[in-house]
Amino acid sequence: MTTEPETSTVEVNGFPIRVWRKGTGPTIGFLAGFGGLPRWTPFLDELAQSRTVIVPSLPGFPGGDRGHTVLDSHLDWLLAIRQILDLAGLSGADLAGSSVGASMAAEVAALWPGTVGKLILIAPFGLYDETNPPADPWAQRGDAVPGLMCADPEIWKALKTPPEGANSIEWPIEQVRANEAAARIFWPLGNTRLEKRLHLIKAPNLLLWGENDKVMPLSYADLFAKGISGATTTRVIAGAGHLADLDKPVEVAGEIQAFLSAG
Amino acid sequence: MKLMWFHLMPYTDLPEDFREANPSVWVDIPSSLFDPKRAHLMYNDFMDELEYAAEVGFDAICVNEHHSNGYGLMPSPNLIASALSRRTKDTAICVMGNSLALYNPPTRVAEEFAMIDVISGGRLIAGFPVGTPMDTCYAYGTNPSQLRQRYHEAHDLVIRAWTEKDTFAFNGRFNQQRYVNIWPRPIQQPHPPIWVPGGGSVETWRWCAEMNYVYCYLSYYGYKAGRATMDGFWAEMDRLGKDRNPYQAGFLQFIGVAESREQAFELYAEAAEYFYGRCLHVDPKWATPPGYTSEGSQRAGIESQVKQAADAGVRGKSTGERFASVARDMEGIVEKGYVIIGSPDEVAEQLREVATQLNVGHLMLLLQYGNMSKELTRYNTKLFAEQVMPQLKDLHASWTDHWWPQPMDADQRAEVPAYTPKLAAE
Repeated sequence: MTTEPETSTVEVNGFPIRVWRKGTGPTIGFLAGFGGLPRWTPFLDELAQSRTVIVPSLPGFPGGDRGHTVLDSHLDWLLAIRQILDLAGLSGADLAGSSVGASMAAEVAALWPGTVGKLILIAPFGLYDETNPPADPWAQRGDAVPGLMCADPEIWKALKTPPEGANSIEWPIEQVRANEAAARIFWPLGNTRLEKRLHLIKAPNLLLWGENDKVMPLSYADLFAKGISGATTTRVIAGAGHLADLDKPVEVAGEIQAFLSAG
Repeated sequence: MKLMWFHLMPYTDLPEDFREANPSVWVDIPSSLFDPKRAHLMYNDFMDELEYAAEVGFDAICVNEHHSNGYGLMPSPNLIASALSRRTKDTAICVMGNSLALYNPPTRVAEEFAMIDVISGGRLIAGFPVGTPMDTCYAYGTNPSQLRQRYHEAHDLVIRAWTEKDTFAFNGRFNQQRYVNIWPRPIQQPHPPIWVPGGGSVETWRWCAEMNYVYCYLSYYGYKAGRATMDGFWAEMDRLGKDRNPYQAGFLQFIGVAESREQAFELYAEAAEYFYGRCLHVDPKWATPPGYTSEGSQRAGIESQVKQAADAGVRGKSTGERFASVARDMEGIVEKGYVIIGSPDEVAEQLREVATQLNVGHLMLLLQYGNMSKELTRYNTKLFAEQVMPQLKDLHASWTDHWWPQPMDADQRAEVPAYTPKLAAE
């Protein structure tokens, strides 16, 4: 049974950023994937069973207001995220991220190695392999998006369905804004040249990939593993799509817990 | 009343099964369908048609910008406008327009428009569209989340480039230039009239009102669907306490004139069905890059959908929904008012109503569309000029058009080189 987390707010560049917190134990941060988190998810509950889970929103993603609108360069984004992590109390903590959030987590670990403990990356954005390009998540017919993001489209639909009492006008605008914020970082190819910085990542890291990821090809796991300097453990999540944490919450949380407890 | 002749320059040889065999006329249209030797003839026919429209007395000839598009062969309308400047004498040259955010640096627009203005002796209308999602975000790869901010900054830069007398540094958010000092400078002072083609966004209406620019609604769906948008513009003008001068507005309308309505139906059905069937076949996946539509417009769209859930009209629908609900047979095309057809008197009567109801002083008319032949285009254009135009010229006579080009005195202008437009158009 999913229960609600505590919610607080930090401010970066004059915009409020929602921070969720739940659970007890050592702290782990989580940065959400494409589309963001309009609601708390079963995966976070799983993780909160043995960890204090802190989930700051990214600018422009649900809970991140319109903070993306003042971020014009990649440096702007990375500095905003670094500030958010610090204000959320995540400096030095273990850090996980999915999809676009994983790309940001990898960047932080590369640029400020001292601020990240162990690193967990679920199918990060940021690389571009010409021989096997990622799908274009911004050129899709509306009905194709759920099946692109999740192996089980119903999971994405449930995540994005307005809850009882939600503002019927602002809710859909917030979901579009999440896609816009991702576009602001990654348009048009998803290539932020993260490749150049991967070798700066020294943190021990776990690389998770949905077996049926239709956005970021599974072959990208190798590119990350080869590029990162720190020791990498790679695990493919059976039956999961791009947002593996949504498709397979128990399995993904289980892999993370196993990785974190193994020394 | 100003009557302007607009060319989209559609590729006229899209195969009959184009819709079934291809996902989209735009962005990823197969290059195998493009025959450069056929296109050579098309371009020359199209330019003849524009010159012919000038010759028979239209107030302006209009061109526009599209990219990777099977119904718009003008990635650079400035090239065409420049050639037209040399082949016409008094007709306004309306470039509708240059998508400002796509030019790097945007001073390129200030330069090229100034060139056309100088070559034409001050006949340029400078259109500043944001550009469609297909053109800007997909074909040109512009970030949809920055597109409007870049557009507005580019606008400010172009205006300063035209108006500041001394070399200046531009320290913008997206553009930095140490030395801005364009040569040539436009003839029209302080700059050519600025017209803004836009969709139905409140921000664009307000911006045109505040900047004193012409707002143009270039819809392919005719006056019935366009009414709500133009009403919205005028409501915003009223709210801001501005005059309802019809010359601050432009509106696009497809036309087919013949001896009778029946004959017009027969004559123009193929070209209209080609346009709405093959040309307006755009994959909805290109319609909504996130951030392209401002949150204010999204809000207005959702609110109007909520309020008018049963409204079958076009406004408030996404571009993708619009493409999907387009009428593609001549009956529907005429019924919905996409194309106005009839005898000269019937067309004149309908256009008087359109210009009055929409309160529009600049009608931008498409008399060539789809695969319409040069002969039929010429017939449509001539009949319109001779028998429809005279019935409309007196409309809005009590208003002054402050947004029309102010060319050099005719006796100071260069001779147009000797040429024979009649022969060229035969």
